Amino acid sequence: MTSMLLKVLFVSFPFFLQPILGSASDHSGTSFIHFNFKDFLEVISLANYNTRLVILSTSILGIASGSIGSFLLLRKRSLIGDAISHACLPGIGIAFLIMTALGNTGKFLPGLLLGASISGFVGVLVVMAIRNTTKLKDDAAMGIVLSIFFGLGVALLRIITEIPGASAAGLESFIYGKTASIVLYDFWLISLVAILVTVASFILLKEWTLLCFDSGYAATQGWPVYALDLSLLVGITLVTVIGLQSVGLILIIAFLIIPPSAARFWTENLKKMLIISSVLGGLSGWVGATMSALFQNLPAGAVIVLVATTIFIFSMLFGTSRGLLIRFIKHTKLNRKIGRDHLMHSSYEVLEEMAMHENRMINNQKIKRSRLLQRRSWMDTELKSLIHTSKKNGLIERYTDEYILLGEAGFAEAARTTRNHRLWEMYLIEYAEVAPTNVDRGADLVEHVLGADIVRMLESKMKTSPYMYIPNPHSESEGLS
Amino acid sequence: MTAAVPAPLPKSKILNPQSAALHIQDLTVAYHSKPVLWDVDLSIPEAKLVGIVGPNGAGKSTLIKACLNLLPKTSGAVQVFGKSYEEQRSMIGYVPQRESVDWDFPVSALEVVAMGLYGKIGWFRSVKSRHKKLAKEALDRVGIADLADRQISQLSGGQQQRVFLARALAQDTRVYFMDEPFAAVDAATERAIIELLKEFKSLGKTCFVVHHDLATVSQYFDWTVLLNMRIVKSGPTEEVFTRENLSKTYGGKLTILEEASNALRITH
Repeated sequence: MTSMLLKVLFVSFPFFLQPILGSASDHSGTSFIHFNFKDFLEVISLANYNTRLVILSTSILGIASGSIGSFLLLRKRSLIGDAISHACLPGIGIAFLIMTALGNTGKFLPGLLLGASISGFVGVLVVMAIRNTTKLKDDAAMGIVLSIFFGLGVALLRIITEIPGASAAGLESFIYGKTASIVLYDFWLISLVAILVTVASFILLKEWTLLCFDSGYAATQGWPVYALDLSLLVGITLVTVIGLQSVGLILIIAFLIIPPSAARFWTENLKKMLIISSVLGGLSGWVGATMSALFQNLPAGAVIVLVATTIFIFSMLFGTSRGLLIRFIKHTKLNRKIGRDHLMHSSYEVLEEMAMHENRMINNQKIKRSRLLQRRSWMDTELKSLIHTSKKNGLIERYTDEYILLGEAGFAEAARTTRNHRLWEMYLIEYAEVAPTNVDRGADLVEHVLGADIVRMLESKMKTSPYMYIPNPHSESEGLS
Repeated sequence: MTAAVPAPLPKSKILNPQSAALHIQDLTVAYHSKPVLWDVDLSIPEAKLVGIVGPNGAGKSTLIKACLNLLPKTSGAVQVFGKSYEEQRSMIGYVPQRESVDWDFPVSALEVVAMGLYGKIGWFRSVKSRHKKLAKEALDRVGIADLADRQISQLSGGQQQRVFLARALAQDTRVYFMDEPFAAVDAATERAIIELLKEFKSLGKTCFVVHHDLATVSQYFDWTVLLNMRIVKSGPTEEVFTRENLSKTYGGKLTILEEASNALRITH
């Protein structure tokens, strides 16, 4: 993800790069950002016919890339999207040359996009061929295809600009994206392809999920894993190609990866992730295209991706499932619960010692703070704050600097916590070879995690003492029976 | 690696390929021109719990992956009930190694188990409530029905292994290939797995289980395949699982031999 963000930042300043590509872009002077309120209203209200087409098509594109991008992310092949998009460039050049040779303008969009799809798909096949025939790993194969095809494309475009009579200006906008004027016909083409890809993501939800989760198992069930992989990549290629015009080939990968990555912070359910990712993609497209229409001289791709990045950062912080904030809260809560458990457990053990010393049954009494302090390696202030919170929660009835007194609920809670801790300890003694992961030692129901029969077995193994309400696995005294 | 190729061992009890649950002939598998399995011949009858045992790198996983067509065979043929794997695919289930998938994947335990039914559900159709019910039953039979809605990363290792077994159970096939189902699981899971295996056997199903724990071989499996790049011995466990055969399988690896002899002392 870091590299992705770096890339976004890097490409957001393409002005330094443009001379290399020999572009004749129109960033004249320093006032490349101009803004007035009338324009703003016009764009926002979609009053302008052309703006309307651009914004709508970019939004639909965002929905499509958000949905199919989810599978790309889950297949752990994110970077193949990058290889595909870069591999599109020579196709654009070749399509332009062919169409010019046939006597057309050469800038007929469907023709250019067809060329892009073909060379993009050839790029995919080359990646697969390198992977299957050599010992090179995926990343190397993608890097090779990406750079060779892109280099070829840049060279081709350069050659085209020097052909007399061929008006190639504007072709380089496929690199960074430009919310250029599109005609209704282009709009329909883009929308149709985007809707097709989105629908495919939902129709093939089950098949692609299985492919991404466990392709080996999918193969044993008879699913054509290779064809499913290819269908996913065809979908990615289609989205890339229709995104070339508005987002540009360098940044389309971000449009494919950022929305699903952001969606992952909100849910643990794949279908929901797919929907959220589509919505976030559509939103990025909408807001990005709008801003790009307002600031005509900023490259559209960069604007759109920066919007998507903003959404990503927001999701990373506030996502309800895996966001940093929720994780921090959960962690703090857990720490507090552990602290409280320790206090209850220690209190109970002090009461137990007192009962044993006085040769009577355990009951709820004042507990000296100094004895609590001895039991654990906690700081005085730490213990103080634990006692204070427990008082607020009603576990402690009253306390002074000298002693604490548990409430009725607190005494029961202390007994319960102690029992659970001892059961876990017994469990670990019995099954020393197993480290139980993801177990909460203070769990409300030990039975729930270990199973009732194991708990019964553990309980029967624990040594009981006449003074103790709860048997202790470490106790030396023999049971009554 | 210059492992000497031993003289072919006498093939024990050649079965008629038609009646054998699994019949392998002259199977050789190589990774990048390095053979991992040499001329494997195997014939295993139906309704057995088969332990595939051998040292690390012996090709145990490779053997079952080659049977499942997940790896290309350099030579040889595999037959399941007398027909090729492709023809019999619908009656063959697979439990991969737990580490082979990403457990951070955004699906619940129930959804993973339902994957066992995808073959029956077929193209483009979605998972219906009756499929979910079947998946839930499978989870119940491995004892974790209450964890059905948990995201799979929130399960312990043993629970994840049980999810994989429940998936195979839901698929309900006649033959199962399992890759190290007992690896690093807790005692409760081990018991759940072995109960399930016994149930499979009583239903006439055949299970091929890659296994690494010599101490439990004679306890769990009624048929044992000793493997170390080639078949050392294959047959009923009480005939095959002997000190002599184990030393042929494990060579001079003393610690393992000792472990094995301990195992023999316990079980014989």
